[in-house]
Amino acid sequence: MIGLPEIWAGLLALAIFIYIVLDGFDLGVGLVFPLLNSDDDRDVAMNTVAPVWDGNETWLVLGGGGLFAAFPLAYAVVMPALYAPFIVMILALVLRGVAFEYRWRDKAHQPTWDKAFFFGSLFATFAQGVVLGAFVQGIEVEGRAYAGGWFDWFTPFSVATGLALTAGYALLGATWLVLKTEGGLRDRAYALARVAGVSTLGFIALVSMWTPFLSPDIAERWFTFPWLFFVLPVPTLTLLAAAALVWGLYTKRDWAPFPSTIAIFGLCFAGLGIGIAPYVVPRAITIRDAAAPDSSLMFMLVGALILLPLILAYTAYAYWVFRGKIDPSEGYH
Amino acid sequence: MFESFDATILARIQFAFTVSFHIIFPAFSIGLASFLFVLEVMWLRTGNRVYLNLFKFWMKIFAIAFGMGVVSGIVMSYQFGTNWSVFSDKAGPVVGPLMAYEVLTAFFLEAGFLGVMLFGMNRVSRKLHLFATGMVALGTLISATWILSVNSWMQTPAGFSMNEVGQFVPENWLEIVFNPSFPYRLLHMTLAAYLTTSFVVGAVGAFHLLQNRANKEARKMFSMALWMAAIVAPLQIVAGDIHGINTLEHQPIKVAAMEGHWERQTGAPLILFGIPDQEAEENHLEIGIPGLSALILTHHWDGETPGLKDVPASERPPVAIVFWSFRIMVAIGLMMAAVGAISLYLRYKRCLYDARWFQRVAIAMGPSGFVAVLAGWVTTEVGRQPFTVYGLLRTGESIAPVEAPAVAASLIAFVIVYFAVFGAGTLYLLRLMKQGPANADDQVGKPIRTAGTTPAPGLKPKTIPPQ
Repeated sequence: MIGLPEIWAGLLALAIFIYIVLDGFDLGVGLVFPLLNSDDDRDVAMNTVAPVWDGNETWLVLGGGGLFAAFPLAYAVVMPALYAPFIVMILALVLRGVAFEYRWRDKAHQPTWDKAFFFGSLFATFAQGVVLGAFVQGIEVEGRAYAGGWFDWFTPFSVATGLALTAGYALLGATWLVLKTEGGLRDRAYALARVAGVSTLGFIALVSMWTPFLSPDIAERWFTFPWLFFVLPVPTLTLLAAAALVWGLYTKRDWAPFPSTIAIFGLCFAGLGIGIAPYVVPRAITIRDAAAPDSSLMFMLVGALILLPLILAYTAYAYWVFRGKIDPSEGYH
Repeated sequence: MFESFDATILARIQFAFTVSFHIIFPAFSIGLASFLFVLEVMWLRTGNRVYLNLFKFWMKIFAIAFGMGVVSGIVMSYQFGTNWSVFSDKAGPVVGPLMAYEVLTAFFLEAGFLGVMLFGMNRVSRKLHLFATGMVALGTLISATWILSVNSWMQTPAGFSMNEVGQFVPENWLEIVFNPSFPYRLLHMTLAAYLTTSFVVGAVGAFHLLQNRANKEARKMFSMALWMAAIVAPLQIVAGDIHGINTLEHQPIKVAAMEGHWERQTGAPLILFGIPDQEAEENHLEIGIPGLSALILTHHWDGETPGLKDVPASERPPVAIVFWSFRIMVAIGLMMAAVGAISLYLRYKRCLYDARWFQRVAIAMGPSGFVAVLAGWVTTEVGRQPFTVYGLLRTGESIAPVEAPAVAASLIAFVIVYFAVFGAGTLYLLRLMKQGPANADDQVGKPIRTAGTTPAPGLKPKTIPPQ
């Protein structure tokens, strides 16, 4: 039955997905940043995301804040369980976030802030991937609290998902640059996107084959009727999106690789969701058990239904203002 | 070095450290966003290039301060879960939705329009650009509203019931949002943010006036900042007084700690100096003015005021910290009001731009708002100890099941990263402030233009000139 908790689970999933795509490409620009050919190219690459990065990161605050508000029990269990990767993620985000302004303000130390931008992006991305893997593999819960140890999150699987997300964000970043830039920078972005694309698809295959072995429950979802019926379109469509990506990259249609990558991310995200529902902490706490009282969920839902469309509208407007290929001479610094 | 500490005290240090760093940026950017909006309105209305130069100058400073605010804020939204998960589980149904509204109504608004404000000057019309600036300013104020509602609810909880697993369940959202201390706290903090910004702007103006008293931009910002100080500082004293009286009603023990009063008494003295001793339950070396505290708090010379001994020792906050931080805040508030009053006199005497000594005073007062804001928050947050939700949930019972080494390690990481990142940021802010508006448009590293050169030749009729 669909009630307020399920609606909020859906909205949160949507917010997290929007975050993954939006901050994914600007973290991805950070990942490919040192591999670009020249300082001028790096300036331009930075400027393609400078007007939008903090809007993108706001979705992460909504993800964290929304989990806190709608599923306080899940938030209270997941955060201590994934303590180290979350601390690493937020510190890394601090480092890369300030680099956007600092690198223009201090020419003498620009290489330092460029390093902060790259390593901040790298650690934030890897930590997010580890969080994802550790979350999917399961969290030990007793009563209303996390009951595991401080390094339970650290497993071969979570390291694999960390690497997978790094490849994936790099692909988002490189295809974003293909979309937004011209000339030598775009050519370089094409080359990087090919490498990142192959790695991403490889990691998707690896993680997809690995996941069912984490728990019999997940395996049952994926390999038995009637689940199989719902599940089967996911890998099929993923193959189609991958084909579109490859086509875009090899025929050099600038507009194609980025949306294809988003589609791949969307399908992977849906696949993960199938493996997790109806839990909010996999196989430990259900959406219903963790949900805040209806009075909390209803109060927020009224606001969310009015505000989310507005937010999407003016976010779209902000992107529209900066649409098209970037003019390398632009920037307010 | 942390062996003697338990996880609770380490988590408290971590929260105090990260939230203190964080509040510095909003305290500045709330006022600065409104200032930018006023500057842009004035530029569009008068066409006076001075306003545009000031706008562009303070916009660069805003970009850095706002960026530091965003990243230090993300830390806060996750720290509730990592270190204070029991609090999150129990209070989440009430405070979570308020924070979600903050994200939905404020953070997106600020972030969405910030890009247009910073980078869109030559991409959108003047009116749309002004609209974007206005939305950023509005966003900062909406953000303050929600988060102060959250904080106020934790100080004066209302409109809830408890469920069988010990969670606070919302019953009446109007009572929750507009809880008893919220309006006073919101007013007090908003005015504090405006004052903080005006003293920073005033100091930068004074610095450049000292170098060249004909500098038009410097004169303009100095004058605007001091108008603000002259008007807002007295208002803030009134707002602080009514906030204090509200606290007396709802958190009397906090007021007793602020005043350094151990005994419930009538005609209590205003203690100017003293060293509160938590163990001995008395003050050493006390100097006070008889009856004045009673007069301020109750508006009667012989009114009755609460004492710390009204509650058991286990429910008292650390008195010395509250006592002293409160005095620091009040002293700075009075100094700000004095600066505002002197500026009015100098204006009347027509020597505001010539009184060098006063410009030096204004420079010295530049960071005073930050100190006052921090001291004020220390007063109210330490003063409500030992509770996270006042009277209902103890701080020691709010902690996550974390072990001391994990919290200690992350605390060390936060200290290192924050000092490096925000230290550098502060340095860049000061550097930009030193450059000043007339030549701030030069790229870093290029030779600095001579003062007075306007950086925006060739205004097109419909667009704001690119830089």
